[in-house]
Amino acid sequence: MFYREAGDFKTSYRDDNQTFPIRLDRMGYYILMFVAFLVVPFFINDYWVNAVFVPFLIYAIAALGLNILTGYAGQVSLGTGGFMAVGAYACYKLMTGFPEVSIVIHILLAGGITAVVGVAFGLPSLRIKGFYLAVATLAAQFFLVWLFNKVPWFYNYSASGQITAPERSVFGVMVTGPNTEAWAKYMICLVFVVALAWVARNLTRGMMGRKWMGIRDMDIAAEIIGVNPLMAKMSAFAVSSFFVGIAGALFFSVYLGAAEASEAFGINKSFLILFMVIIGGLGSIFGSFAGAAFMVLMPVFLKNVLVGGLGWPTDLAAHFEFMIVGGLIVLFLIVEPHGLAQLWRLTKEKLRLWPFPH
Amino acid sequence: MKYTKLAAASVTALMVATPVLADLVFPSLSYRTGPYAAGGGPYADGFADYFTLVNERDGGIGGVMASVPECETAYNTEKGVECYEATKGLGALAYNPLSTGITYQLIPKVTADDIPLYTPGYGRTSAANGKVFSHVFNFPANYWHGASLAVNHLKDVSGGDLADKKIVLLYHNSAYGKEPIRTLEDLSEKHGFEFLTVPVDHPGQEQKAQWLQIRRERPDFVIMYGWGVMNQVAVQEAANIRFPMENMIGIWWSGGDHDVTPAGDAANGYKAVSFHGVGSDYPVFDDIQKYVVDAGKAAGNGDHIGKAIYNRGVYAAMLLAESARTAQEIHDTADITSSMMRDGMEALEITEERMAELGMPGFGPAFKVSCENHGGPGTGAIQQWDAAAGTWSLITDYGPSDMEIIQPLIEEDSAAYAAENKIEERCN
Repeated sequence: MFYREAGDFKTSYRDDNQTFPIRLDRMGYYILMFVAFLVVPFFINDYWVNAVFVPFLIYAIAALGLNILTGYAGQVSLGTGGFMAVGAYACYKLMTGFPEVSIVIHILLAGGITAVVGVAFGLPSLRIKGFYLAVATLAAQFFLVWLFNKVPWFYNYSASGQITAPERSVFGVMVTGPNTEAWAKYMICLVFVVALAWVARNLTRGMMGRKWMGIRDMDIAAEIIGVNPLMAKMSAFAVSSFFVGIAGALFFSVYLGAAEASEAFGINKSFLILFMVIIGGLGSIFGSFAGAAFMVLMPVFLKNVLVGGLGWPTDLAAHFEFMIVGGLIVLFLIVEPHGLAQLWRLTKEKLRLWPFPH
Repeated sequence: MKYTKLAAASVTALMVATPVLADLVFPSLSYRTGPYAAGGGPYADGFADYFTLVNERDGGIGGVMASVPECETAYNTEKGVECYEATKGLGALAYNPLSTGITYQLIPKVTADDIPLYTPGYGRTSAANGKVFSHVFNFPANYWHGASLAVNHLKDVSGGDLADKKIVLLYHNSAYGKEPIRTLEDLSEKHGFEFLTVPVDHPGQEQKAQWLQIRRERPDFVIMYGWGVMNQVAVQEAANIRFPMENMIGIWWSGGDHDVTPAGDAANGYKAVSFHGVGSDYPVFDDIQKYVVDAGKAAGNGDHIGKAIYNRGVYAAMLLAESARTAQEIHDTADITSSMMRDGMEALEITEERMAELGMPGFGPAFKVSCENHGGPGTGAIQQWDAAAGTWSLITDYGPSDMEIIQPLIEEDSAAYAAENKIEERCN
């Protein structure tokens, strides 16, 4: 009734293959883009941008990256935090080494460097699978963080091992450093998110994505029909790490401003992003966003309700937060093991028929 | 009926929680959860209790009530950023995040927002140079003073000569733990002792490998820069390899009561550096007991009074309250802004008489902050644990630290920061 596709005819394959074939979906998408680009920047303040929007957008990029590797290509990875650290430190070295080059280029290059590192750590995936691969990527996580702590060159020999983002601007507008306006921070992250989500969507529905899914579903069968497992797995690692690297670079330069490998990019980060992907839905672009939103917004929301709204002591609220978020994760996985994306899909199905189910 | 009651209760809770406007706001970015809660809890209690005392006993600072909204960071930098943004809008006068990682994040932010950042005994050491760091204050002592004070003491107990001695630094592998390395390297050159570093990764619950290494190296002394659960584990491990406790010396953050009690009698004789008094034999604690704890207004359950980390929270709150008073005097208004607060901190002068008036005679050094020096005098004493009595006691007088080594390092590090961020020197 509310959500219908009657009268929505397509006369070409091109139309039929578009990302949002249903008119209502398409309208929703355009409205969302309009609000995100032309409404939110005018109403955003420091709290909303630093506590809600920027972390959500950056984690969405990281979740997209991991979803390509784990959700589409079926390669489990626990090294996401380490790869984010590669992006962050690459960005830092580039920013301080070549201050005259635009930060956007640095962030893209940081993604490229992470892609190379990701491929190097992805090589074992040709021999080992499943849990064993997870352990190999776990080694990458610990090795990379240890490396950035151990070798002073990476943090420019600073006394404390911290890396600090210098001020950089895009088109004359500050995007890093303490004097950045809230909307500028938000916009640079939004532009990266929209561009990368568009790339991810188009990669995953094209030939490359089909190869990845072939490898995921049954690698031997995929090999027999002509998918080169080396190319498929390596490209999945490269693209995934590129996304994660960009997330790491933005996380350090735009969001935190100062970071330290073991604290900001530890094993917890790897698990957090893996949870986002699993809760959001494996093999789904929408799922990456839904998962990131759930894991970032839920704790902030609960904190504001429990401490700000009900006036509970902060420690009690923090403990309850853990319990509620944990409980919700378990609940979601029981009710819908395929994640929030599947829940959304089912809702749409139901809404098509509602209120006449027969 | 039940629901009406519940609704009424939540409405009351809402009204109580909403801070009254025009208070002097000192946000407490505390952590009462996670692996560092053992230190974060008592500190936050001390910080809040002192301001409650000022409100209850003196009717606020210069007639204006102080409020301490709390925000839980769990010692995590991301949550620290969120807490900073959440409390900034309340009219925060100064921040005291009790985390070196969060301090590094906040240094550029507070400077842009014109809010002072107060980091007593932690944070970025070179912020002591007020010429570069206009909004950061770390009086009365910092990490490098601590390292120097520890070495001075070790020199005294080795008969004035540290040559041919071997000293190990056991440190938390983070910005915090790495801070003293440069200073100790320079000190080892000056005094001729051999210097080794042994890092412990967050959170530090597992230190078998580190202590095996220490056992192999057979150092004469161990200096520890630990925090949270790492401290208790280190003291326990030291006891396990029978390392003589009096040869192990912690920085002030490794000198809490909860750090030594788990090891029981084995921890007897463990030492730590301190920049303020220990124990509860000061009139101010009787006042806290009377006006705050007995009135049921304590932040915690009131059992931390006189413990080392609680005392530090009280001390930090006292210095902030005095700074606010100074700011009120300078600007001749009771309702100060964060910018005025900064001026107050820069003009702060603590005298022996004022300390006695506040019920804390001899609790800390007398000092004066200036535009150039935001770091205070850097004096400190050594405290030692008596396991049988369950108390710390100061075993030395407040001594000076080696500014000959520290001052050039402060100049060098702050100059690098100024160059990186294109900051022009002030105070000229």
